[in-house]
Amino acid sequence: MALAVIGIWRLRPAVKMNFEGYNCDGFYDEMLLPDGAARPGATLLKQKLESLVDGELLHRQQAAETALLQGGITFNVYGDGAATERIFPFDVIPRIVEAAEWERLEKGLKQRVYTLNLFLDDIYHKQKIVKDKVIPEHIIRSARSFREACIGLDPPQHIWCHITGTDLVRDRDGQFYVLEDNLRCPSGVSYVLENRRVMKRTFPQVFEASRVRPVDEYPGRLLDMLQSLAPAALDSPNVAVLTPGIYNSAYFEHSFLAQQMGVGLVEGRDLVVADGRVLMRTTKGFERVDVLYRRIDDDFLDPQVFRSDSLLGVPGLMEVYKKGRVALANAPGTGIADDKCIYAYVPKMIHYYLGDEPIIPNVPTYICDVEGDCGYVIAHLDQLVVKAVNESGGYGMLVGPHSTAVERADFAERIRKNPRNYIAQPTLGLSRVPVIVDGGFSGRHVDLRPYILYGKDIYVLPGGLTRVALKRGSLVVNSSQGGGSKDTWVLTA
Amino acid sequence: MLSRVANSIYWMSRYIERAENVARFVEVNLQMMLDLPKGLSEQWEPLVIITGDDKPFAERYHGATRQNVIQFLTFDVKNPNSILSSLRNARENARTVREAVSPEMWEQINTCYLMVNAAAARGAGLEDSDRFFGEIKKASLLFDGVTDATMLHDEGWHFYRMGRFLERADKTSRLLDVKYFILLPSATDVGTALDDIQWAAVLRSASAFEMYRKRHGHIEPDHILDFLLLDLEFPRSINYCLTQAGASLHAVSGAPIGTFSNSAEQHLGRLQAELAYTPVEQIIAEGLHEFLDALQTKLNLIDQGIFESFFTPRPLDERRIFGHKESQ
Repeated sequence: MALAVIGIWRLRPAVKMNFEGYNCDGFYDEMLLPDGAARPGATLLKQKLESLVDGELLHRQQAAETALLQGGITFNVYGDGAATERIFPFDVIPRIVEAAEWERLEKGLKQRVYTLNLFLDDIYHKQKIVKDKVIPEHIIRSARSFREACIGLDPPQHIWCHITGTDLVRDRDGQFYVLEDNLRCPSGVSYVLENRRVMKRTFPQVFEASRVRPVDEYPGRLLDMLQSLAPAALDSPNVAVLTPGIYNSAYFEHSFLAQQMGVGLVEGRDLVVADGRVLMRTTKGFERVDVLYRRIDDDFLDPQVFRSDSLLGVPGLMEVYKKGRVALANAPGTGIADDKCIYAYVPKMIHYYLGDEPIIPNVPTYICDVEGDCGYVIAHLDQLVVKAVNESGGYGMLVGPHSTAVERADFAERIRKNPRNYIAQPTLGLSRVPVIVDGGFSGRHVDLRPYILYGKDIYVLPGGLTRVALKRGSLVVNSSQGGGSKDTWVLTA
Repeated sequence: MLSRVANSIYWMSRYIERAENVARFVEVNLQMMLDLPKGLSEQWEPLVIITGDDKPFAERYHGATRQNVIQFLTFDVKNPNSILSSLRNARENARTVREAVSPEMWEQINTCYLMVNAAAARGAGLEDSDRFFGEIKKASLLFDGVTDATMLHDEGWHFYRMGRFLERADKTSRLLDVKYFILLPSATDVGTALDDIQWAAVLRSASAFEMYRKRHGHIEPDHILDFLLLDLEFPRSINYCLTQAGASLHAVSGAPIGTFSNSAEQHLGRLQAELAYTPVEQIIAEGLHEFLDALQTKLNLIDQGIFESFFTPRPLDERRIFGHKESQ
């Protein structure tokens, strides 16, 4: 889920910009109807964009990029010996989600996260869902992200997945689908907040008129949620963000969130376990830590329990956690719930635990490890998207219609060798939004990652990260594969 | 406050102050060279000597020409004390403690770094040197102002001030050394108009010329030394810097001024007493350069004391464990 990345696209000098000649190409466009008129929520935006004087939009785009660069919202690109810094590509035309649509998504996300949490608590305790044969036992047993060490753990209030980032996509039919759940350390929310700040600065008039729901309350909500996890009877729990350090590609986000919440940012080397407590080294001695928002994967959290070669974590941390004397968000072990095979069973989970229909459907998914599915997948590789179950960031992926015969043969071989490691889905015609390309507008594919917090209740941030595939025709929006981002405007009802 | 964070804030501020002062060094030399009598060749080697980096310079450059020295002191990333390296280090330190500094501070440090980095890529700095080095000084002063006006004046701010003032004390001493190393055409030129012009350039590079005039009037070497070493009200004098660094040091430790609870306070108190009870005539009589040299060593002892008292991981049995609330 690394958000490192690619370059700023070059802008040509001022030209008149409008939507004449803009082509939806048969995809669902988030801003325009097939006849070129604006969707209801985007009418005002389209008018404003077309009324800007020549060159103004490009000027705003450049101003936004400068603001991001000066704010240091950048990542390093190495090459030619010297490191250069680039911003995470950002396009100033917002993506709009209308109120009614958002209301449904919010309900659906709450339903999904609530269910996934029930699943986590079940799978590390009685495993009823396996005993009732809703999910085959071998799928769980063979999951690399299943943590034996977490069996029997009781996280505060039985909540495991405190922070979730769920990837949604919209297909040609206009319907939203869940593409992926991210329950480990989902990143990107800092870009949601920074993109908004930059948009307010560079586009104040448009913003003002559009009645957009604010996103600013996220850090406060996150802090409330983290504080609610603290061991009981503490008036003022000490919350900290645990980062792998400055060389991690999401480091900006770690420091940003700590700063926005007003809490400390710690590394493993700042922490020590003694007297059954987690302590941090301060200029005045050792201070107790009560809650860690950890942005380190399970594997590296505690070398005594997980990977013994980890230098990033804190030896003894899990022991303190088990005794309930420090809280971790997310709880260790949540990775099992975003295994891409487990994903395929989430609709069944919703039936099983809640007796309900999923409000946001899954993308139909073939599990290569399930008899019948495997043969179908290999026979239809040219039409499917194949994903490795434990990869993220757009790695280990085959986009069938865009692949060569050699690539397909290679994937067929890999699937036969290790079917548990692969799933396949039909190739979706992801919806598009206009982006500025070469001084004009052009449609590019997007997804949407909303962020969900689960503490005393479940909260969905109104908005999320809209990632956009900047390469023409590309369906891969991941930042590591040439993706950029946009501000997401959820409109008030 | 986390030891690692305190350490980074301290170094962030030292590096910013360092960049500013290297700009001042170059400026003072440019000024002095402008006023050299016709026929005399420019002297740039003293700048490299006073920064203490003469060896690495000699290894990689052929001759202390104006261009070589400015390149070495300004843009050379292999020189850890060049302006560009200092700003890069300041920024890296700021980046590791972004949650502890204000966004305005970060943006200022970042903008300044980007400006110098772009100038380095352009190969700027020589033609428009007055404006360029002026910009660096201004950026550092702006950073100081932004810090004062936006950062919580808590422990972190005190470490910021320790870094800033200790670095400034060290650099003011080296600025004085520039004058020592710049040779006058002959011994009989001591006390002439040329000598005065050079002293005035030293004052100007410390932004001290007008303030000195208010205090002492005529250009007199002993008064200038008194002003830059011992004045208690001029913010770049060494004595002033030590007083400020001491106030922050004691604010963090809680020990009353005039006592000490750690080795940093001990070394700093001793040095302050020495300055307070040494008349400038004695410093001149015993040798200015030797005095400055010894002073720099003592400043290093204070730095070492801060490192040992606050930044190094302590063994656990020395610990004093406290909950979050008590530390507020």
